[in-house]
Amino acid sequence: MASETIALNLVKLGTRPIGDRLHDWVVTVDHKKLGILYILYALMFLVIGGIEATIIRIQLIVPHNHFVSAEVFNRMFTMHGTTMIFFVTMPILFGFGTYLIPLMIGARDMAFPRLNALSFWLTAFGGLLLYYSFIGGSGLYGAGEAPDVGWFAYAPLTARAFSPGHSTDFWTLGLLVSGFGSIGTAVNFITTILCMRCPGMTLGKMPLLAWMNLVMAGMVILAVSPLTAAQLMLSIDRYLGGHFFDAQAGGSAVLWMHFFWIFGHPEVYILVIPAFAFVSEIIPVFSRKPIFGYPVMVAATVCIGFVSMSVWAHHMFTVGMSSYGNTFFVITTMMVGIPTGIKIFNWIGTMWGGKIQFNAPMLFCIAFLFQFLLAGLTGIMLSAAPFNWQLTASYFVVAHFHYMLVGAILFAIFGGFYYWFPKMSGRMYNETLAKWHFWLFLIGFHLTFDFMHIPGILGMPRRIYTYEPGRGWEIWNLIVTIGVVFQIAGVVAFVINMLRSLVKGESAGNDPWDAWTLEWSTSSPPHDYNFARIPVIRSRRPLWDLKHPEDPDWKYE
Amino acid sequence: MKDTERERKWGNIVGTVAGILILLASLLLATNLCAADAATSPAIPSIFNPQSTPADSIYHLSIFVLAVTGVIFAIVFSLIAYAITKFRRRSEDGAEPPQVYGSNQMEIAWTVIPVLIVLVLFMATARVIHAIEDARMPKGAIEVTAIGHQYWWEFRYPALGIVTANELHVPVSNSSRPSPTFLKLISADTDHSFWVPRLAGKTDLIPNRVNRMWIDPHDVGVYVGQCAQFCGIQHAKMLLRVYVDSPQQFAQWVQEEKRPAQSSDAAEEGRRIFETTSCINCHSVSGTVADGRFGPDLTHLMSRDTIASGATPNTPENLKMWIQDPDAIKPGSLMPAMKLNDPDLDALTAYLETLR
Repeated sequence: MASETIALNLVKLGTRPIGDRLHDWVVTVDHKKLGILYILYALMFLVIGGIEATIIRIQLIVPHNHFVSAEVFNRMFTMHGTTMIFFVTMPILFGFGTYLIPLMIGARDMAFPRLNALSFWLTAFGGLLLYYSFIGGSGLYGAGEAPDVGWFAYAPLTARAFSPGHSTDFWTLGLLVSGFGSIGTAVNFITTILCMRCPGMTLGKMPLLAWMNLVMAGMVILAVSPLTAAQLMLSIDRYLGGHFFDAQAGGSAVLWMHFFWIFGHPEVYILVIPAFAFVSEIIPVFSRKPIFGYPVMVAATVCIGFVSMSVWAHHMFTVGMSSYGNTFFVITTMMVGIPTGIKIFNWIGTMWGGKIQFNAPMLFCIAFLFQFLLAGLTGIMLSAAPFNWQLTASYFVVAHFHYMLVGAILFAIFGGFYYWFPKMSGRMYNETLAKWHFWLFLIGFHLTFDFMHIPGILGMPRRIYTYEPGRGWEIWNLIVTIGVVFQIAGVVAFVINMLRSLVKGESAGNDPWDAWTLEWSTSSPPHDYNFARIPVIRSRRPLWDLKHPEDPDWKYE
Repeated sequence: MKDTERERKWGNIVGTVAGILILLASLLLATNLCAADAATSPAIPSIFNPQSTPADSIYHLSIFVLAVTGVIFAIVFSLIAYAITKFRRRSEDGAEPPQVYGSNQMEIAWTVIPVLIVLVLFMATARVIHAIEDARMPKGAIEVTAIGHQYWWEFRYPALGIVTANELHVPVSNSSRPSPTFLKLISADTDHSFWVPRLAGKTDLIPNRVNRMWIDPHDVGVYVGQCAQFCGIQHAKMLLRVYVDSPQQFAQWVQEEKRPAQSSDAAEEGRRIFETTSCINCHSVSGTVADGRFGPDLTHLMSRDTIASGATPNTPENLKMWIQDPDAIKPGSLMPAMKLNDPDLDALTAYLETLR
């Protein structure tokens, strides 16, 4: 019965006028379409955030540069940070999760398809609201439009005394609205993963991607809620005479920091855990071995989820906490290194003794491993509070978190892109162009973010629109800016590849990678409702069992 | 078949180049961290060139942490590099490698070893936190209250009765004659952060809160730093200079700063302009009617090398430019443009130049 319905739909879709088909995308509740919408929306903002970053880097190429004014520079780094975190990385990862989770657990859709659509459109309109500030709201005193208080918007700079116009309100409301969207998506992920798995798929047989997204979704609920509360409190301060963060009236600037970072630090793991998920799916397939130590990987993920909830004040080592407070956050922060270390070792264990193929997804994952390792080690340096007193709020910390967000997370996302592009589009991407993308982006990344550590060590603080000559910072800033050119070239290769392959790519077939999880058992792209028959599985690698009936996994698990 | 072979060869080349390039890039990062160490010019505010006990103990901790993380990096890096070199696919036979699901011994090993490393790092760190944060103020220490303003620093020496701005003077401190400086940090408006990398790590100045830090510079000289917490439009030009004086120099500086402003008849006209325009709403000159608190105290303006919080040298031309149009030097500065006519501006500048 199911296959007939699918055939009918296809005929209907193919013959309908383009207006109707676009209308379908707007009103859709299909997890695959919503997933793709999330991803396209995030890619649009990736370009915008990238332009903002480029403006920042051009301004800093030489000391006392006059490319943009202080006001514009402050807007650029505020919008760059806010955009990249809330409207690029989160939606793109939610997009992959929305697309992949039902397919990988053998479900026909998410548990709440309408909530899914609502969440997407809330996030989308949150982003538009934020960008409306460019025409709608003046910023810090006399500074013109768009938020310019930094992406963590420390109080009391956000008070009306310092930020009298509406730009801070656009920032607050944009994040508030998209925050509701994120919470909706998280509820949906959790329910889907807990309730919609196909027969035979116990929690212990779930793909790691589902496990990691489950942990991530739990963290979203715990972490985004305080941020949402804080945004409301800030609005109350600004318009209803509240004094939560208004220091002049006895409020506490430090309270905002606590609220922001109890969101802000788990947020890093909210972003990196789905990146772990991509890597945990891609490395086994391209090493031709199952993931090494599956139960330990799950345990390490859950452990990261818990521990990362108690590390937030390591962003606040300089606010004058007592030595006991600082010491507590040192030990919790260092402890996160243990489960993440376990993960790195397990990925190496997966490659060990395998037959590694260096296609684009795997190249990005290998670069991820190196860069995640380095980002983690600079993280250890930052976790040592006294060392942090020197490094924090300098370019060292900027380099550190970009190493994590770009070097680890964005690389994993690109890997995921190439890995699932054939499934989403039904067509193969161009491997040569993908390698151009990889190499250009890798070179650009290392030029920019390796050298960005140095000015921080030499005393250059972040968020300065200009700097004094003669402090030893010039050469490093120049190199950092040169790297941007390579990164842009890499992204251009990526965009050309995607667009060309969508039109001219070879047909990918159902299972181009000879992979093992359920999404590869259905057609590319999958039909509405995903599976003609709901699959029944017996192990973590159902397609391995199918392809190797003589040596199935379920005998060993 | 030919195609797949070519692809495989291409894959091998790519893999090798990948390994080498990533290796180079990462080594570059490592050597850069050391190169930064070599940058020892006194003008460069490098955290690896400490001149005060807090910065010094941080430096030693950082070398230890760098060494530990360096060893971890070398080991894990080699493992990854070895794995991707050794276990690349070499033949197109389609056979799958042995399927290995895990090993409990290995998992225990790579859990326990990191736990031990973390314990060691934690204890080394906790010691330094305690040593810096819980240090008691000895007798004879200089006490200074540093107040952060958008976008300048106010320094008050309560025991000495001195008020100055942007250029902090402290005596040199050594083991034979320890005289550390203890700073009480408060803010008049938004968050700021006091950071002079060669003297100590940064501590924030937060409104409605009192923070403390201390320095004991070992060598005379000028140490530069700047505000390290985004505080508004001109965060970038909220620069900071610490002058470490010999005990004699410091005593002399204190003597000069304690004197009230010197009057000079030659600058009487300028003084009249100063005291009858809005200057006095924000600025103080001791011994005159000018007692504003919003801007820097100008009683000994000429004793300072820079104006506008270090943004520009303290020369008569810069002073004039600053009075007429502060935005030309520091856009977004809270000082209004005074728009004086030329004779008034000359007279006012002449008066300010008598404030030594």
